Amino acid sequence: MPYTAGDHPHSPSADRLRETIPGWGADLDPADRPSVPKERLDLETGAHWDMPERQPETTPRERSIEHRMLTPVFGTAQPLHGVSGVIRRYAYARFSEGRAAHWLLLVAADRVEASGAHLRSLASLRPDNPVTETGVLGEGRRRPISSRFGRGRADLGHMWLDPILVAGPWIVAAGVAVAVVRAVVRRR
Amino acid sequence: MKAMVYRGPYKIRVEDKPDPVIEHPNDAIVRVELASICGSDLHLYHGMIPDTRIGHTFGHEFIGRVVEVGPSVQSLTPGDRVMVPFNIYCGSCYFCARGLYSNCHNVNANATAVGGIYGYSHTAGGYDGGQAELVRVPFADVGPSVIPDDISDEDALMLTDAFTTGYFGAQLGEISEGDTVAVFGAGPVGLSAARSAWLMGAGRVIVIDHLDYRLEKARSFSLAETYSFARHPDVVVLLKELTNGLGTDVAIDAVGAEADGNLTQHITSAKLKLQGGSPIALNWAIDSVRKGGTVSVMGAYGPLFSAVKFGDAMNKGLTIRTNQAPVKRQWPRLLEHIRAGRIAPRELITHRIPLDEIAEGYHMFSSKLDDCIKTVVEP
Repeated sequence: MPYTAGDHPHSPSADRLRETIPGWGADLDPADRPSVPKERLDLETGAHWDMPERQPETTPRERSIEHRMLTPVFGTAQPLHGVSGVIRRYAYARFSEGRAAHWLLLVAADRVEASGAHLRSLASLRPDNPVTETGVLGEGRRRPISSRFGRGRADLGHMWLDPILVAGPWIVAAGVAVAVVRAVVRRR
Repeated sequence: MKAMVYRGPYKIRVEDKPDPVIEHPNDAIVRVELASICGSDLHLYHGMIPDTRIGHTFGHEFIGRVVEVGPSVQSLTPGDRVMVPFNIYCGSCYFCARGLYSNCHNVNANATAVGGIYGYSHTAGGYDGGQAELVRVPFADVGPSVIPDDISDEDALMLTDAFTTGYFGAQLGEISEGDTVAVFGAGPVGLSAARSAWLMGAGRVIVIDHLDYRLEKARSFSLAETYSFARHPDVVVLLKELTNGLGTDVAIDAVGAEADGNLTQHITSAKLKLQGGSPIALNWAIDSVRKGGTVSVMGAYGPLFSAVKFGDAMNKGLTIRTNQAPVKRQWPRLLEHIRAGRIAPRELITHRIPLDEIAEGYHMFSSKLDDCIKTVVEP
């Protein structure tokens, strides 16, 4: 008990552990642990430059204002566009990573972009399909009942929220669209 | 090429995208042979990571064959089969020079607090990932390694993140001989951390989760004793009782942003995105570790604030150690462990699916169906 300076709770002896656990203690010596010490200056990384060559910036690239310059290498996937791009560019240009506004604006832009992408897809040859894109069609092959029930899962209490989160915006949007159409028809 | 693309929270599909091209002299293009879905991919899939853009291709665990290299690449040639660490890093900045590869300052224009990660949103640099037929691999002379002939593809794949991150997390715990180690989360990373704790001399390893099939895996793969938090009203009291009132010497949070066990925390974070993550496992770790103990965190959280019980951490004199794993730094030792038969990372894999079925794969993993632990994707 910790109320006295007594022994640490009992554990098996090293010999016993070595017999029963393959590899027990192989890294007991911290010198055998690759990330001990945390920082080392003697590692070979393969870099044959002091400063990497700079990747060409073919279109203006947003960056954190905590960076003094655009990093020498950067991702070029999904460049900024549209309304979400305006929000994101503002979040990067105005707020540091230390400001909640930076991240909350980026989260808001994510939702704006997702809504716009869903709407645009309806006018495309491949509209979003929430049934196939959520993967629920695979349920039948993956033991949906026995995987979920009778196994003491703690997430059963909120699992019902997922379909609402996924389908809810679609249902609301469809309801608004129907209401608008009906209102227009009535005015005529 | 075919690639998985994000279409908004809980929605993905496979699309034809333009092939990646060499954009920097030290780039390589890799044809993916195997990829896998990581638990942290679910944070993206659920819309929890800011600046996850529509059309983004996830995937930071992959191996493949080099098909093209930039003009400054010296260590790889087309045809080489490579394992690619999830970190994108330059190898020469202040942090890389000190071995902190996951904290590279030269690859993520969008954030200074995060390094570069394949397929992990623009918050991690805006690089498309490896759940695709082809992927751009920056700094080909630094990150990827040729897969040794005596290492299986599945072991190599599990070393690109999952097992390596668990092994690194056990190191963060600063385990001494005979220590009692609690691991929160029996996903691939938690299972690996628990297995690795023995390598570092733990006297007792306890794994906490709520999924029975994962706890069973923790017993068979990690050789740990296990407890379901769904069957115990108070995990902190449970762990105190198991340690004669002391608490564990080391606690490892291998859950991260979407922890279950407290409805309010889970809903405000995972569902309403009002926190960077649901710190239930982290708070349990803080409260159940002994005073003066060490908490290791390599569960992934978003950059927004989280309701962490920091007062308890301070008052208990804890050491809290964190980071994304600097993957390649771990490989030489992990390859020795595999060759010596001490570990078998490939045993984490439970499912294999073609890329065309990846939406169903994500749903299965997210919903924890069919006893899914680790899913491999074959493009």
